[in-house]
Amino acid sequence: MKKFDKERVLVAVAGPVIALVLAILLTSVVLIASGKNPIEPYRLMLEQLPYSDIQVLIINQASLYYIAAIAVALGFRMNLFNIGVDGQYRLAAVMTAVVGANVALPGFLQIPLLLLVAMCTGAFWAGIAGILKVTRGVSEVVATIMLNAIATSIIGYVTLANVWGVQVGNNMTTGIMKKSGWFPGINLGSDVGEIYGLVFLAVVLGIGYWLVLNRTRFGFDLRATGASETAAAASGVDAKRMVLISMLISGAIAGLSGLPLLLGDTHTYSLSFPAGLGFTAIGIALLGRNNPGGIALAALLWAFLDKASPALDYASPVAYDKEIATIMQGLIVFAVVISYEAVRQWGLRRQQQQVGAELAAAAQNTNKEVAA
Amino acid sequence: MRKGTVHALVGENGAGKSTLMKILYGMQKPDEGTIEVDGELVSFSSPADAIVRGIGMVHQHFMLADNLTVLENVVLGSEKLYGIGGSARKKIKEISDRYGLGIRPDVLVEDLGVADRQRVEILKVLYRGARTLILDEPTAVLVPQEVDALFDNLRELKSEGLSVIFISHKLGEVLSVADDITVIRRGTTVGTAIPSRTTPRQLAEMMVGSELPTPETAESTVTDRPVLEVSNLTVHARGAVSLGTEDEPTGEGLTEFAPAGAVKKVLDDVTFTIHAGEVMGIAGVEGNGQTELIDALIGTKHADSGSISFLGEDITPWPTRKRRESGVGYIPEDRHRQGLLLESPLWENRILGHVTEKPNAKGFWLNPKGAQADTRRIVEEYDVRTPGIDVTAASLSGGNQQKLIVGREMSHDPKFLIAAHPTRGVDVGAQAQIWDRIREARREGLAVLLISADLDELIGLSDTLRVIYDGKLVADADPATITPEELGSAMTGAATGHLEHEETAPEGDDNAGPEDEAR
Repeated sequence: MKKFDKERVLVAVAGPVIALVLAILLTSVVLIASGKNPIEPYRLMLEQLPYSDIQVLIINQASLYYIAAIAVALGFRMNLFNIGVDGQYRLAAVMTAVVGANVALPGFLQIPLLLLVAMCTGAFWAGIAGILKVTRGVSEVVATIMLNAIATSIIGYVTLANVWGVQVGNNMTTGIMKKSGWFPGINLGSDVGEIYGLVFLAVVLGIGYWLVLNRTRFGFDLRATGASETAAAASGVDAKRMVLISMLISGAIAGLSGLPLLLGDTHTYSLSFPAGLGFTAIGIALLGRNNPGGIALAALLWAFLDKASPALDYASPVAYDKEIATIMQGLIVFAVVISYEAVRQWGLRRQQQQVGAELAAAAQNTNKEVAA
Repeated sequence: MRKGTVHALVGENGAGKSTLMKILYGMQKPDEGTIEVDGELVSFSSPADAIVRGIGMVHQHFMLADNLTVLENVVLGSEKLYGIGGSARKKIKEISDRYGLGIRPDVLVEDLGVADRQRVEILKVLYRGARTLILDEPTAVLVPQEVDALFDNLRELKSEGLSVIFISHKLGEVLSVADDITVIRRGTTVGTAIPSRTTPRQLAEMMVGSELPTPETAESTVTDRPVLEVSNLTVHARGAVSLGTEDEPTGEGLTEFAPAGAVKKVLDDVTFTIHAGEVMGIAGVEGNGQTELIDALIGTKHADSGSISFLGEDITPWPTRKRRESGVGYIPEDRHRQGLLLESPLWENRILGHVTEKPNAKGFWLNPKGAQADTRRIVEEYDVRTPGIDVTAASLSGGNQQKLIVGREMSHDPKFLIAAHPTRGVDVGAQAQIWDRIREARREGLAVLLISADLDELIGLSDTLRVIYDGKLVADADPATITPEELGSAMTGAATGHLEHEETAPEGDDNAGPEDEAR
C-alpha cells in the first residue's frame, strides 16, 4: 500500500519539476540566442530573495494570485474553464470600492459587507456564463471571454465622474473608501512594508477548497463530474446544477481575489489597479495541478518572478531585460501542459504494469504453497 | 481468406470481432501471433501501414466531415495520391463507375443519407488503393433495401478481384452475401462454415456454443409482489436517428439540443412488471432501445410519456440520485464510461453512485475511512484481485473492475437491480461469481432487469424473457423451454424486420409465468 502512495507522490511531483527544468532550459536558450549570459539573470533574481521588503511584496502579490488561481482550479476540477476570472475580479473590486466609498458602517459590519459585495458581484458575473451554458449550451470559455470585455466597459462607465468616479489628477478612481472598510495589515516597519491582513483570507480559502473538494459529498460530486461526466450522471449527479453551482462558487472566489490589495493598500479602484490577474491565475492553477498546496507554491514562484525581475534592469555591470521573467512564465505554462499529460499517461501505464506484476507474483506464490 | 471473396466474421457482441479487426487495421498491437498478406509476414503499427498493404477499413461510425464535399472528404489526408483537383475527380468518377457506387463528387456530405455516406466511406478506402476491405457491421445503420444495394456493391467489388471482410451478427445477411464464414466466440475461432451448406440455425449454434458454463437458476423465487411497474413508457430520440449505444456519448450532455423535426420513438409504449425475486431478461440486437430503457429507469433520461413505478410509488419525475438512494442498483453497460472513475483509487470508486449513503458519508461530510474499510470488505468478499484499495480503477482487469461494481451495488441492499451486460468482457471465472451474486440476491427478493447480449446468460438467469426490437417489446419467451438458437433468430429476424413470430410465440404463450400483461 505504502508503495503506491510513494508512487503517487512521485507522479505528482515529476510533472512540475520537469516543467520547471524545461522552462529554465528554454529560457537559457533564449538568453544565449540574444547573446546574453544564460545563468547570470537567475543568480541576480535569487539574490533579491533575502531582502525582507521583497519578501513582503512577494507574499502580498502571491495572495492575490492564490485566490484567483483557486477560483480557476475549482472550475478545472470539473472540466469548466472559467477564463473570466479576470473580469469577475475587476468588476467585483470596482463594486466593492464603490460600496466602500459610499457606505459607512462600523468595521465589524463594513468588512463582511464588502466581502459579500465582492463575492456576489463575482458570482453574478460568472453566473451569467453558467446560466448560458446550462440553458443554451453556450461554451463557458466563449461566454466568460465576452464577459471580460463587457466588464471592462462597465468599469469604464462606473468610474465616470458623473457616476461614481472621482478624478485624481489624470487617474479615474472610485474615491477613497471609508476607513472602517480598511483591513489592517501586519506592519513590519517603514522600510520593510506591510503584509496585507487578507493574506489570511487566501489561507482560509485554500483550506476550505481542500476540505470541500476532498471531504464533502458536494466535492466528491464535483470531482466525479470532472473525472467522467457520464459516470457522474449515472451516479446521480445533476450535471447542469453542478455546472451552475461551480460557476457561482468560482465567480465568488474570483471576486475576492482583488480584496487583499483593495482593502489593505490602495483603498480605491483606479486605472492602475492590476489587470490580467485572472489570466496569470490560469497558469498558476495549471502549474499547481489544482492542488491547494501546489497552487500556493506556484503563486509564490510567480510572485517571485514578478517582484525579483525589476532588479535585472538595474544590475551592474551588465543589465538584463526584466522581461526575461515574463518569457519564463510563458514557457512554464507551455512546459506544464506538455509534461503533465506525458507524466499522467506514464503514471497510469506504470501502475497498470505494477499491479499486473504484483498480482502475477501473488498468484505464483499461492501456486507454490499449494505445491508445497 | 481468399482473393476475390467476401469473408464473413460472425460472433456475439464482445466475442472479439472488433479487436481482431483493429489488429488487422493496425490500430492495436497483437500480443502474440502473426498476420500474413499475400504470403508475406507483416506487422502493422498504425493504420497507415495497413493502408500501404492494401487493407482499408470502413468503420461502423462514419468518419466524414459534414461540411466538406464528397470530393474533399475523399482526398482529405491523401492529397498526395491524385492531388485535390481534376485528376482526383477523374479518379473518383472512375472508381465509382467501375464498382457501380453512383457517387457524385460535388455534393456536400451533410446532404447525403446514411447509405450514401457509407458508399463514400467505401470509395475513400478504394481511392487509397485498398485491395482488402474491412466492413465493420455495415448493415447496422441501413434499411433492408439499402442492405440489398450494399450487397450488390460488394458483389461488384468481388468480381473485380477485391476481397471483403464482413463483420456482422445478422446471420441471414451473412449467409446471403458471404463466400466463407468464420465464427468466433470469446476471442477464439470456433469454426468455419460454407454458406451454401449452412443454415442460420447451425450458425447460431456455433455462435453461442453449447459447452459453456450455463447459468442455471434452479428453483423459481418469483413472488407476486411487484417491485417495478413500467407502463406505456415512451422516449423520443433527440437529434438525428438514434441507434442506442451507437449514439455519440453526449449522454447527459450539457449541450444537447435537438434540431426540430427528427423525432423517432426509441422506446415505444413499453409496459412490463418485475416482481420481487424475479429476473427479467431483455434480448435484442444492440441499439434497439436497450440503452434508452436503462436511461429511463435510472433517470438519466426522462420519459416522454408513460410512467415508472417502484414499490408502488411513482418515480417517473425523480432524479437519478433519489432513485438510487431509494434502492435502485445499477450495473451500467459501459463500465468505463458510466460505472467507474478510471483514474481515481478504488475506494473513491466505491463511493461513486452512493455518495449520500452510509458508509460513504456522514451527513454532509464524506467518510473516507468508512468507505475505505468497506472497499476492503468488498475486495475480500467479491474476490477483487488487487494489491490494494489505493490503486486506480484503470489498473484492474475488466473482470475485477466489474466485480468491484457488482460488490458496490449489492452493498446497498438494492430492491431493484439494473444489470446491463453484467459479464461483458469478463473472464469465465468472474462471470460465474457475478452470476452467483445475482442469483443469491434474487433469492432474497431482489428484482432484476437483465440486459445482455449473451443468450446463454439471458436464458440461464432469467425467469421471464422479452425481446426488444425497434424500441418495442415484441415477443416474450419462457427461458425454461427456449433455446439460444430460437431466441437468437428471433432477435436477428427482428433486426431485419422479419420477426419469426411463429417460432417464439408458441413458447411465449406456453409461458403463463408470473406475467399477466405479456406483450
